[in-house]
Amino acid sequence: MTAIEYQEVCKRFDGNSAYSVDHVSAQIEQGEFITILGSSGCGKTTLLKMTNRLIDPTEGRIVLFGEDISTVDPVVVRRRMGYVIQQIGLLPHMTVEENISIIPKLMKQDKAKIRDRARDLLSMVELDPDTYGSRYPSELSGGQQQRVGLARALMPDPKIMLLDEPFGAIDAITRVNLQNELLRIHSQTKKTFLLVTHDINEAMKLGTRVMVMNGGRLLQFDTPKNIIRHPADPFVEALIQSVLEQREFWEGVEDD
Amino acid sequence: MIEYLTKHPEKIITPFLEHIELTAVTLLISILIAGILTVLSVLIPRLGSILLALFSVIYSIPSLALFALLIPFTGLGKVSAVIVLCAYNQYLLLGNFLTGLSEVDPGVLEAAKGIGMSTMQELFLVQIPLAQKALFAGIRLAVVSTIGIGTIAAAINAGGLGTLLFDGLRTMNTVKILWGSLLSALLAVVCTACSFSQRSPQSSGEKTLRII
Repeated sequence: MTAIEYQEVCKRFDGNSAYSVDHVSAQIEQGEFITILGSSGCGKTTLLKMTNRLIDPTEGRIVLFGEDISTVDPVVVRRRMGYVIQQIGLLPHMTVEENISIIPKLMKQDKAKIRDRARDLLSMVELDPDTYGSRYPSELSGGQQQRVGLARALMPDPKIMLLDEPFGAIDAITRVNLQNELLRIHSQTKKTFLLVTHDINEAMKLGTRVMVMNGGRLLQFDTPKNIIRHPADPFVEALIQSVLEQREFWEGVEDD
Repeated sequence: MIEYLTKHPEKIITPFLEHIELTAVTLLISILIAGILTVLSVLIPRLGSILLALFSVIYSIPSLALFALLIPFTGLGKVSAVIVLCAYNQYLLLGNFLTGLSEVDPGVLEAAKGIGMSTMQELFLVQIPLAQKALFAGIRLAVVSTIGIGTIAAAINAGGLGTLLFDGLRTMNTVKILWGSLLSALLAVVCTACSFSQRSPQSSGEKTLRII
């Protein structure tokens, strides 16, 4: 089943003649792990934010599970999706458990159920609920905070997870751990993941398919293997070339 | 001085109580108005800056002139005084409220919106609790300013410690002048000290602040 469908989606910000997102069309099936790859200003974050109506498109339609989202209240659209951002954005005046539970609490769901699910999710992101549940975000490391961010996004049991450079501000070792856990959570939950990154290694490692964007346009949308073997655009080719050059450097060091 | 107090306690205590009453009433009304205007400014883009520009113009009018300007409309007395003091406070309160709200970490706000909080929930559950410091700073400023400008309200028969000061000045009675200035200064200092001690547990640790 098609989870997300972008139909000729465009975004032009006020007073700007150029498109930030330029006629993007794509179909994403349920359960896929899509990574959106591009350098800053390429429109990848704008495309992601249009998916949960933080930004509305200038032209085109976005359809989620057969429903045009422009007809749905933005708050309702957002509550159906998980959303994780680079700045993590935990509420500093609430405990970890309160952070995770806030939206279901606002929706007046059963308190005991909320608590159980919050504890399950903390365990899923490998944070002991008894140790960390009552702590405040400032008492956690960056990696732990983003685990909480992930748990909070998973809380409403969304079919779609949107992740905007979630590991951008996290050190290399922790980032690899979190990437692996994200893959595990994806295979466990079978949710549709949409992750924005400027790191080609991250995009290729995590994505079942990768959207490569530049200048607002979707240049190529294919599996990592196909993109590496058959780059459809000079920009994509240059990206892959940059990785190959890095690899030469690493191999050179190993051979010494 | 003490002799004056023991001989005519009502001449000092009555204006002192009047002054406290004037300050309390003014603050209650002005915080309420500033609160409503703040919420409206969050909902309606550009309203905040328009209001602030308007109130900064009012704030720049000397208080005695503003008191006098109102006399044809609301007459002499407390009503005019409260209106003027509230108008002045709007500049201090709204300015601090809006600045405080705008200084909340944009990442936190984006996340709050992104996980599905409505504008009102974002404002009341996230922005206001996180902007507490600035909100209290605004209120503290307003308290001190109301106590100060409130003394001038005596010129339009609104009572308060200003009556002591004006009487004292007119009759060259140093004791009255001293009582008036000492008590108004004391009131301002005590109010400031109280608001600091009230705020300290919240600023010392976010832990004490639980809103849910």
